[in-house]
This record gives sequence, C-alpha cells and structure tokens, in this order.
Amino acid sequence: MDYKYFPHTQDDLKTMLKTVGVNSIDDLYAQIPESIRFRGDYKIPLEMSEMEVRDVFAKLGSQNKQLTCFAGYGVYDHYTPSVIPQLLQRSEFLTSYTPYQAEISQGTLHYIFEYQSMMAELTGMDVSNASMYDGTTACAEAMMMAVAAGKKQNKVLVTEAITNDKFHVLREYAQQHGIELEWIPEKDGVTDLSVLKSQLAAGDVAGVIVQQPNVFGIIEDFTGFAEACHEKKALFIIDSIAADLAVLKTPGEWGADIAVGDGQSLGIPMQWGGPYVGYMCCTEKLIRKMPGRIVGMTKDNRDQRAFVLTLQAREQHIRRQKATSNICSNQSLMALFVTIYCSLMGKQGLKEAAQLSYAGAHYLCDELLKTGKFHLVYDKPFFNEFYVKYDGDAMMLYYKLLDNGILGGCPIGPDNNILFAVTEKRTKEEIDNLVKIAAL
Amino acid sequence: MNNRLYGNLIFELSKEGRKGYSLPRNNYGDYEIPQELCRQEDAQLLECDELTVVRHYTNLSNNNFGVDTGFYPLGSCTMKYNPKINEEMAALPQFQNLHPSQPQETVVGAQALVDMLENYLKELTGMAAFTFKPYAGAHGELTGLMIIKSYHRDPRQNGLDRTKVIVPDSAHGTNPASAAMCGFEIIEVKSGADGLVDIEDLKRIVSLEGPNIAAMMMTNPNTLGLFETQIPVITKLIHDCGGLMYYDGANLNPMLGVCRPADMGFDVMHINLHKTFSTPHGGGGPGSGPVGVRDGLQLYLHHDVSPYHGNFAVMMRALAYILSLGRDHIKEVGPLAVLNANYIKESLKDVYELPIDTICCHEFVFDGLKDKSTGVTTMDVAKRLLDYGYHAPTIYFPLLFHESLMIEPTENESKETLDGFIAVMRKIAEEAKTNPDEVKSAPHTTPIGRVDDVLAAKHPVVTYRQLKAEL
Repeated sequence: MDYKYFPHTQDDLKTMLKTVGVNSIDDLYAQIPESIRFRGDYKIPLEMSEMEVRDVFAKLGSQNKQLTCFAGYGVYDHYTPSVIPQLLQRSEFLTSYTPYQAEISQGTLHYIFEYQSMMAELTGMDVSNASMYDGTTACAEAMMMAVAAGKKQNKVLVTEAITNDKFHVLREYAQQHGIELEWIPEKDGVTDLSVLKSQLAAGDVAGVIVQQPNVFGIIEDFTGFAEACHEKKALFIIDSIAADLAVLKTPGEWGADIAVGDGQSLGIPMQWGGPYVGYMCCTEKLIRKMPGRIVGMTKDNRDQRAFVLTLQAREQHIRRQKATSNICSNQSLMALFVTIYCSLMGKQGLKEAAQLSYAGAHYLCDELLKTGKFHLVYDKPFFNEFYVKYDGDAMMLYYKLLDNGILGGCPIGPDNNILFAVTEKRTKEEIDNLVKIAAL
Repeated sequence: MNNRLYGNLIFELSKEGRKGYSLPRNNYGDYEIPQELCRQEDAQLLECDELTVVRHYTNLSNNNFGVDTGFYPLGSCTMKYNPKINEEMAALPQFQNLHPSQPQETVVGAQALVDMLENYLKELTGMAAFTFKPYAGAHGELTGLMIIKSYHRDPRQNGLDRTKVIVPDSAHGTNPASAAMCGFEIIEVKSGADGLVDIEDLKRIVSLEGPNIAAMMMTNPNTLGLFETQIPVITKLIHDCGGLMYYDGANLNPMLGVCRPADMGFDVMHINLHKTFSTPHGGGGPGSGPVGVRDGLQLYLHHDVSPYHGNFAVMMRALAYILSLGRDHIKEVGPLAVLNANYIKESLKDVYELPIDTICCHEFVFDGLKDKSTGVTTMDVAKRLLDYGYHAPTIYFPLLFHESLMIEPTENESKETLDGFIAVMRKIAEEAKTNPDEVKSAPHTTPIGRVDDVLAAKHPVVTYRQLKAEL
C-alpha cells in the first residue's frame, strides 16, 4: 500500500485475499447491512507529511503563552530530571501493555514493585497498588473502598478544606454510586475535629476524607482524627501531595487506613492536566479491598525471584460486576516516571527539593507581606502554597502579572483571595520580580 | 530480549553517600520546616548515582517485550504501531508547561488542538460532541453510563430512574464492572451458537424488564471479532423500550472507513485513543477514553469524572496520528486490520479449533488446539509462543469457550510477520503431538520460567520492606 504504516504490496494483497477466499477486501465486510455502511468521505485533511504535522503543532504551540508558574491548587511546576523522559522512551517500556505474560514483562513488573515500595515508604503505609488515573479519582476510589469495606455504613465525610476539583469528582462518584457525602466544616482554615466527632457519633459513617496540605495550603494537625474514626469503625483517608511526604508527617504516622493523592509533584510535567498518576496505599488488612493492579513477589520454575500481577481476583477481567473497581488501563508509564524520579532524587534529593519549595514559598510570602498590600488569611503553618488576601482588586493583579508573563497563583474563594505556590523550579529572581510587580 | 534475567531491584543498588540529582543552591536564607510537622522516620528510599539509575532501567527494559520488539497479537488490545512522530509532538515544551488552570487566552493553541481532535472524532464516529475528561476506556464507560443516567432522569424524558443495563455474556469485563460502579444492575444477554447476541433472549429480557432498562452496552464487532449483523434490530428493540445504546469503542479499529457507531444506532460511546488511535500502551497506561454522544444528548455530556482536560498529552498523539494518515489512509485502517486477521485465521483453522467458522473482523478466537488428545492447553501454546519471540494472544477470554485464544494482528503487520507467526503456531501444534512436554514446560528461552501465581497471592509481598522482612 502507498502509506508508511501499511506494509502490504499489491502482490501481498492478492495472495492474502486468495488465502482468505474472497475477491476484494470489501467482501470481508459483506455481512454488514448496506443501510449502515459508511460510503462517504470523512471531513479530515489529506495525508500530511511529517514536516507538515510538525508545522501544525508548532503553529498551535506558538498560540500558547509560556508563563512563569506560581499556580498550584493540586498541580505544581516541578523540575523534571533529563534522564526520565529519555528512559520513558525506551520502547520496551513504552510499547508494551499490562504485564499479563510475566516471563516477558519482568521489566514492567520490577518497576511496578519498586513503585509500590516507594509509595508505601513515602506514605508510611504497608502496601500500595499500581496505579490510579490521578489524585482525584484515587480519592474517589478510596471513598468507594471505604463503603465496600464497611459493614453497612453508607456515608462518607469529607473536609470542607478540600480542593474544589477533587470535591466535584468525589460528589460525582458518590451520587452515581449511591453514597451519601457530607461536609465536615472547616474552622479557621482547618478541619473541625469537634464537629467531626459529633458527625461520627450520628453513625453510618464508612469513611472520613481529609487533605494535606489542605485547600489553603495549610499543614493540618490530625491528632485525634484516626482514633475518632476508628472508634466508630470508619476508615480514615488522607489525601496528600506526594512530594511533600518526603518531609511531612506521613498518613501512616497520622493513623490513616488509606493514603491517596497525586504523584504529579514527583517531577511530572503539568502538560495541561495529564497524564499524571494517582497513588493509593493502605494497611495490610485492606489489601484485598483495593482497586487496580498489584504486583507481588514470587518464584519461577527455575527457582529465581520473579514478580507477577497478583490478587487479580479483585479485578474486572476476573470478577466482572463484583470487582472492586472497573479500572483496567491505568497510568503505568507515569508510575515508571515517578519511580525513576524517586530513584534519582533518592532519600536526600526529595527532602532537599521539598525544603527548597518550602523556603521559596516562605520567602515569597514574607516579601509579599512586607509590601503591606497582602495579608495571610489564616495564621497557620503552610508548606509550599499559601493563601493571602490582597488589598486591591485581586483579579486586576492577576491580569497584571499575566501581562508580565507570570501565572500569579490561583484566585479562589468568593473574595478572590490568592493561593500562591512555589516549587524548587522558581528562582529568587522570579520571586523578586513577582513581588516588584505586585507592589506597584 | 535478554534470555538471562536482569533481576535487581533499584533498592539493591543503593549505597549510602551517593546522589543522582542536582538542585540549585538554597539562597532564601533560614527557612526550616518545624520539626513537629515532620515525619519521624525518613522514607527508606535510595542513594544512587545517575549512571546506576540509567543502567538499571535500561537493563530492566531489556526484560520486556513491546510492539517495537515484535509481533504482539493481544486480542482486544489493538497493539498497533505507535508512531514516533506522535511522541515528538507530545513532548513539545509549548504544551508541556501549561498549568491546567491557566486562563483561556493563554492556552489558545492547546484548546484549538482539542477542538480539532473532537471534530475528527465526530467525523469518524458520527457522534455530535465529545468529552475528553475520561482517562481510559473503563473510565469512559463509567462516564457514558453517567450520561445515560442523567438522560433518563431528565423530566423531559419522564424523569424516572431506570436501574438495569444489559450486557452480552461475551462483553469485556469492564462493561459490567462500570455499570455496577455507576449503580446499575446487570442483566446478561446470551450469545447464540453463531457467537452473536441471541435475539430471542434479548426479546425475552426486553419484554420482562422493558421500562427498567437504561441501556444496552455492546462492542461491535464483538469480542469474538464478529460483526453483530442484527444491530439494527437490537437498537430498535432497546430504543422502543426507551433505553439507550452504548458503544464500547475497544473494538472500533476495524470500523474505520467502514461503519460509524452512530449509523449503527448507538447513542453514547467511548473511544480508546490508545487502541484505535495508536497512542502507546505504556505497560498498562496512560490511555484516554473520550466519550461521544449523538445529537440531542449534548446536554448530558458533562460529568465531573476528572478535574481538567483529560490525558491531554495522549490526545496530542492521537491528533498527530489522524493528521499523518489523513482522509484517505484512515479509511484503509479497518479493512487492512480485518484482512490480516482473516489471513491468520484461514491459515491456522485446520490445526486450531475455530468454533465459529465465518469471516471475522479485526480479531478472532480459537478454542485451543484442534487435537485435544495431547493435553496441551491454550496456556501452554501461549507460553511456547514466547520461546519463539512472539507475545502471546489474549488467553482464556472471552469466557464463552474453555480454551479461548484471541488473536488480533492490527493493520501494521507485514505478510512476512504474519507468515512467521503462522509457521510457529503450526510448529507448536506439531510439537504438541511429537513433544508435548517441551510445550507444557515452556517457556525455555525467556529470562524467567513460569511463575508461581498461587504463592504470590497466598502470601502477598508487594513492597521492598516486606521483601526484606522475608529474608
């Protein structure tokens, strides 16, 4: 054929049609009723050469504005080591699928095992799956897992101090699945434990979801939360930003039953929303309730250590409607991404990057406060994202910064207060520049 | 592929005092994270230099098999070639650095790209609008069912909940799983002896459950690779009782250039961009599962199944693929995939059991070897294929047969590749008679032999910490 992805010559076609016993390719579709055949032309441009395809994308790319990013709200502009995208292009990884055939998939199975180990270490939990689509759907899966693990409870409590995006996804899944979702009120920027306790006392609660750092960037103190949940047989679920866990007190240390979140902060480019990777870790007790793929260690018939997809009786291809989830394709390659990231950065690098982000954010915050035009909305500890009130028109400021090539945080809430985020990728000069413009 | 196992874990290469990163100096002054907020014990991660990391993952990749390595006839997964230009486009920094919350006027190119892709997908399917929020096929199914639910709940229909979804017994496992997740009850409709939906059984279900039926989910061609010729009758039956038709786009590939789901009578569908539109499977993902609806259903399209614009970089690859093929060549995709599948089927059906002997679409299913006396199973055949440098077909699915062996070659494979595969399949059939033990104990040339699945599941060891505790 006259196209680079189609190898058959005219001779090949003739021989093959003969083997099949038909005169033309169209005869292979003889069983399709003519009334539903498509006989027209698609309104799609004619074949493009590689150079023309490049031109189309270059032109589209030039219509995007490249900004210095101080926005966060769940997605952060972190640094990507050069090694990662190049290793991800190894086509033995890239062009394989789910490692059903363990004998020729040990590459994938090894890195998934490493990924699970790293996520379990970061979250301080016993076990991990591999993987969820993103942080929001991981959180929704945790919600459903709590209800499935519960005795008959059908209510899940979620903090008001959660990112809107995530709440919307939770609400959607809850409605469809028939789960009752109830707010835990926020007080002074943090989840109100005393109200939570009374909500738990009212009964029927399968799970409790909180976020760390929360929607205002505040590092919450979850002392007493796990005990309150467990006393009422509810599962305690903490949604955290993966990179912060190199430093912060872990979901495991807070007594969580399930830890979920997005792995995007582990070096994955923002790429306008995806692909990222959701992680889910839990206690050993809950492993058989987990959704998604899990890789375990075993032996082969030559007595070698080997890895294999395991506990598959939870999954849709075996259990169909009784599966723990419908998830099939996941974000495996992005799991490899964060695995290589954690390998390169290691114990020290992850901490150092987190400290840089922390220091940069606190420096920006101090400098903004010094201008006298900004005030912290809540006086609480934060990590690399903070919530300030601006004395002028916050949207005007946002657009002024935009005109200067700066994505000046995320304006959220009814008063258009601004949530600024800083990562290790921002320089002091960039921060000073932002402050200079904001002070004008 | 190596035939010797590179079996290290990165943890085993770690040595205290090494580092594999470089970060800028901290020149912000004294900002220390307060101790009381910090974790008590460090995460037990690694200390590795850069080359050690690069070599480790390169060596791991050598234990793997991908489409670029060799023939990968994994049925229902459409393991077609993943063009390199797609990767180059998806890596463009002008798109990689976009934050999902950036204001519209700063992402004009990205939005235009999505609009282009939407228009082309509309053309190819006959649907009226798409949402790109779903991250994968199963996520698309879930979204599609949400759309169907909100359609029925609309007072302009009659506002009544319909609680049941019909799924053929040959359906992908995700169909019933998605329906259950969306709060529906599942009714299974039987397949007839011809491998197609049993119309009498469907009529029985419809007369019994008519007003409760929210939708019927189907993939067409079905998982046996057979086109459901009665599709106009089926869609009429479902529409007449007020239900909607859902198209599982997992098997869309053979329909390119031939037949559009909307013309078959489907109302809602998803597309697996990682199958039909050539984006790489990445060892299990990421995929992308855009959902389309026919005209009149746009109102119900939006659901909060994800926060932003879906797996955008996957969508970029799909657009590069469509532009590369263009109007004429995209019409050749389906027919060539179908020819390749039929060619393999006809060349092997004298030695492998073909339960339904008819023209197939992009894939077909053997029920194991024709000669069952040897005791060689589908599992054995699959493992022996690995010895000869092929990925195995999908095995033991669909569940309609005991020894299912589901083969999907895709349109990109040459006659030489197909002939090579056919020769090896015939050789294995021969070996099953002459040397069955060799087949039953396969594979012999792969980095590892058959694994003990029972051991893995009975006593799960899923982290390095647990692994160390075992020693």
